Amino acid sequence: MADQNESIPAQEQAAAQDPAAQKNAQLLALLHRLFGADAFTDVEEPYGLLTATTTRERIHDIIEGLQKDEELQLNFLTTMCGMHFPDRPGQELGMVYHLHSLTQNIRLRLKIFFPIADPVAPTLTDLYATANWMEREAFDFYGIIFPGHPNLMRILNVEDMDYHPMRKEYALEDGTREDKTDLFFGR
Amino acid sequence: MAVNDTLEGTHKIIESAREQEPRLNPLAPTVNDFNQELTTLNLGPTHPATHGIFQNILQMDGERIISGVPTIGYIHRAFEKIAERRPFYQITPLTDRMNYCSSPINNMGWHMTVEKLLGVEVPKRAQYIRVILMELARITDHLICNGILGVDTGAFTGFLYLMDEREKVYEIYEEVSGARLTTNMGRVGGMERDFSDVAIAKLRAWLKTFPAVMAEFEKMFNRNRIFMDRVVDVGGISAERALNYGFTGPNLRAAGVDYDVRVMNPYSSYQDFEFEIPVGTKGDTYDRFMVRNEEIWQSLRIITQALENLPAGPYHADAPHFYLPPKQAVYQNMEALIYHFKIVMGEIDAPVGEVYHSVEGGNGELGFYLVSDGGRTPYRLHFRRPCFIYYQAYTEMVVGQTLSDAIVTLSSMNVIAGELDA
Repeated sequence: MADQNESIPAQEQAAAQDPAAQKNAQLLALLHRLFGADAFTDVEEPYGLLTATTTRERIHDIIEGLQKDEELQLNFLTTMCGMHFPDRPGQELGMVYHLHSLTQNIRLRLKIFFPIADPVAPTLTDLYATANWMEREAFDFYGIIFPGHPNLMRILNVEDMDYHPMRKEYALEDGTREDKTDLFFGR
Repeated sequence: MAVNDTLEGTHKIIESAREQEPRLNPLAPTVNDFNQELTTLNLGPTHPATHGIFQNILQMDGERIISGVPTIGYIHRAFEKIAERRPFYQITPLTDRMNYCSSPINNMGWHMTVEKLLGVEVPKRAQYIRVILMELARITDHLICNGILGVDTGAFTGFLYLMDEREKVYEIYEEVSGARLTTNMGRVGGMERDFSDVAIAKLRAWLKTFPAVMAEFEKMFNRNRIFMDRVVDVGGISAERALNYGFTGPNLRAAGVDYDVRVMNPYSSYQDFEFEIPVGTKGDTYDRFMVRNEEIWQSLRIITQALENLPAGPYHADAPHFYLPPKQAVYQNMEALIYHFKIVMGEIDAPVGEVYHSVEGGNGELGFYLVSDGGRTPYRLHFRRPCFIYYQAYTEMVVGQTLSDAIVTLSSMNVIAGELDA
């Protein structure tokens, strides 16, 4: 515990009473030390899980750096998934990565956002074998393209489907029906 | 793949897979090459030995597997999309249908995710009841997996013995939730009903009779020479590769990594109980079998402790905005009627936020990533399905082995099609 305390910057010592907050502070300090404070925006801790947004240019290096890091060993990719926010111009599509350190029990959530007109994100298949199907799923659901992916094809939906169904413009109900209005039921 | 109905369709897929450049994937299939006497074999999608609908196009050299390409998605039901239109309480039945061998774990995991989002504190009694039900579900999940593994190696008897015990667990489910397989058990905030005396009696009776059956099952298999010849050193994976593939649960522990969500991030009062995490050494089929057997015993320990120390008190949280009032109160009490209406019509907004919660499912870390924009439904809900993640490694695990080894490997990985495809 002694060397853990040393690595926490002095200004964060005050919030370091709670072990979870302490770990998050330690992780944030590590992120800033390895990749620079300007690499991350929107750093927050919803429900105790450190969340940061970065850019698609840096995400691969950051996840690779964390995988190789000996201090916190965030080398387990729990899951990743696509996101779609149609009302954020230029930032419509996103990927969310959940990383986990099995030795230190710290979780980290990283996000990247990019325009829907250019739905390209770096592949992690060179770092994690498990990224293969997760990226295929994101491609299938959201049409996110991962250059360098060994086998980027649809995984759950049929191959001849011509749209990406999880995007928000595809409403779940049949849009041609007029006998019921959905004003009050869902989006 | 719709074109896959015909042999030409299969070959078309194989040809298109070959044409992909750069060809980084060493596991891409090849067409039948009669000069080398290689054979392409369709294992599945409805092969009786795969216990679920998924296809593997295997390239065989005689009995040896050279490469394979898995195709999944045959029972994809777009749960993540459907969940974006449903109020939180209506998503529980969707989780039932993921890993249908252990539905209660999925249900409770989802309830706990919503409770985390809402900040609802669940009383101790409800937490203990949940632990009992989740451990029962884990036992049934492992019983099915290990029983089927026995069937796949030619021993039907053990499976029949275990199905009898699973039936008794399902009777306990019936007492608690009214359902058997897709249980839709509990509510956001606790349980929808307390353990009845009948449920407690059935549970106690089962706790008395089950260990003898389990011991008999283990006696039949654990040191059985025929069984061991079939499963030892079959379908192994190293701990390093397993972690790289995102393995969790018994399959990861069989490879020697002691990661268990119940211990690392205890939920629902798991820190109150004493139990051990069995680990294997080689990650082969035998290790997976043994780890699951031992986990059944540990689950029994947890159930016994929870039942002995079952606290008194309410069985649900005081969360009137989300927990349905008793039906009698709805008829007699104005507030209850209002809340009943608002809950059923989904008029109550959740806080804005994002939450990730994971539980130890039958197959590993079952995670729920919920993004709420304050509306009545999730803005985005992602299920971290352990099957989906570890089934990727299947091809790597069976290449170089025989077809019969591939069958037992698939069996022991416990790939549940519902969870795989969601």
